[in-house]
Amino acid sequence: MDDTVRPALEIDAVSKSFGAVKAVRNVSFSVPQGEFFGLLGPNGAGKTTLINSVAGLCRVDHGSIKVMGYDVSGDYQSARRALGVVPQELVFDPFFSVRETLTFQSGYFGIKKNDAWIDEILFGLNLTDKANANMRSLSGGMKRRVLVAQALVHRPPVIILDEPTAGVDVDLRKNLWSFIQKLNDEGHTIVLTTHYLEEAESLCSRIGMLKNGELVMIESTDRLLQRDKECVIRFRVKQPAKANSSPLETLLPDTVFLESGEYLAKVPSPSEIEGVLRLVRELEYEIDTLETENEDLEDVFLSIMRASPERSE
Amino acid sequence: MSGFSTLFLKEVLRFWKVAVQTVGAPVLTSLLYLLIFSHALKNRINVYPDIEIDYLTFLVPGLAMMSLLQNSFANTSSSLAQSKMMGNIVFILLTPISHHALFAAYISAACLRGLLVASGVIIASMFFVSVPISNIFYILFFGTCGSVILGSLGLIAGIWADKFDQVAAFQNFVILPMTFLSGVFYSVDSLPPLWQMISHANPFFYLIDGFRAGFFGRSDVPIEISICVVSLVSLFLSLGCLSLIRSGYKLRG
Ligand SMILES: Nc1ncnc2c1ncn2[C@@H]1O[C@H](COP(=O)(O)OP(=O)(O)O)[C@@H](O)[C@H]1O
Ligand SMILES: [Mg+2]
Repeated sequence: MDDTVRPALEIDAVSKSFGAVKAVRNVSFSVPQGEFFGLLGPNGAGKTTLINSVAGLCRVDHGSIKVMGYDVSGDYQSARRALGVVPQELVFDPFFSVRETLTFQSGYFGIKKNDAWIDEILFGLNLTDKANANMRSLSGGMKRRVLVAQALVHRPPVIILDEPTAGVDVDLRKNLWSFIQKLNDEGHTIVLTTHYLEEAESLCSRIGMLKNGELVMIESTDRLLQRDKECVIRFRVKQPAKANSSPLETLLPDTVFLESGEYLAKVPSPSEIEGVLRLVRELEYEIDTLETENEDLEDVFLSIMRASPERSE
Repeated sequence: MSGFSTLFLKEVLRFWKVAVQTVGAPVLTSLLYLLIFSHALKNRINVYPDIEIDYLTFLVPGLAMMSLLQNSFANTSSSLAQSKMMGNIVFILLTPISHHALFAAYISAACLRGLLVASGVIIASMFFVSVPISNIFYILFFGTCGSVILGSLGLIAGIWADKFDQVAAFQNFVILPMTFLSGVFYSVDSLPPLWQMISHANPFFYLIDGFRAGFFGRSDVPIEISICVVSLVSLFLSLGCLSLIRSGYKLRG
């Protein structure tokens, strides 16, 4: 395949279980080169398992994964050369200084003289003055940045970050994001998982959502936020749900019932609000409270997470 | 530098930076053994009736081999168990370093430490007794094979263990008895027939017997047999260890 068109990441029908726990269920998607892709999902959704499978840190039960066209198990050496991974756990080798850590990491990739590039990464991550500090002496945020630096020593075209900003303070987070944004601008493909939805919203051009190991949605961020322009109405009805008929939310288009006892309905444009309200009345419910709102990614996320079926195992 | 030489260098630095503990201490321990035995067993008869080797001299190669075995095991097992438990093993697992290179790097570092310790014991002993060297190739061959065997066992223990206790248990209940019962302190020929048979089933016996032959030019069993047994055990354990690493057992979930 032509070098420029093969996807940076191809995940094909991947499943992975730990004993009885099905951590990833038949997930398929691909990430084109140059994309900034976000993987969202609640804790335990399978994000780390999926990333570790890409990184070769765990082996999948079914399916295949390719990085820049290289199979991660069949052609693992080429795949790993193409990939930089920032693990979720804050791991480090207490034996080394920051520079030694990066020099050895370069050596593992067969790179001899890497000091110029290492200096550049250290500068970009505000670590220059810590270059000779022992890893043990660094704060959590600094260790996190060293992990980012380690993932970059071999200039991989594809960079995966597993919750890189978890537990990192706001200033540092901004610095980290502008650094990663710059890498993306330079052509690196970025895949990240995060809990901070506003980060995903502002950085990622496409977002996939995992729930209970399943990919429940994958869409461009623009399209997701288009829903902003849709109108969302939030209302409460006076009567309890009728016992002998289907729940109200199933009778109305694009409506979910929230735990708060409210209904959330999406309508393509404000002019159609009236149509929904008429439908509610025709179903013999009386509206108690009503508000309209603009949706942000968090609402989209929550409604998708609620709407997709629960799995018990 | 290739991935192999970087990992090898890292493994060497790991023990070299604390050489007082990893090389100095085992040499000192062996010398203490020598000192204690020289006092306790002053009047013990010669091990070999026909040649002039006193018991202390006889002890030196055995003590050197015992330190070599223990330190080769300690080097791989502690390094691997530690990086597994600290989680920093991922830095190696994320790289294109092959199974063979990973194995070779850990084992080469174990060999270096084992041979350094053994040389230290022998050189230090030279101040007290004069140790003849009959065949340096036997010494190097059995020394290297000892390190490969114990380094592989250490890798296996390090991969398998979830806690340091388990590494220590492996060392105390498997490695230590097998070394002690392999003829470090005596010639197996002097044992009753049943114990001779049991000793001959212990692969460590051939390591020590062959290693000692490199010094004194004589052994309990023909040197060819020791060479065969030791080569086969080295090969078998290396292949076992390699396939364990390749399988990803406990390293790649
Ligand atoms: N090594 C493991 N052994 C057993 N279960 C695991 C292991 N790793 C992950 N899991 C389980 O797999 C599921 C997905 O976990 P994970 O991939 O870490 O989710 P996320 O990163 O989205 O929080 C969870 O139920 C978790 O408990
Ligand atoms: Mg995770």
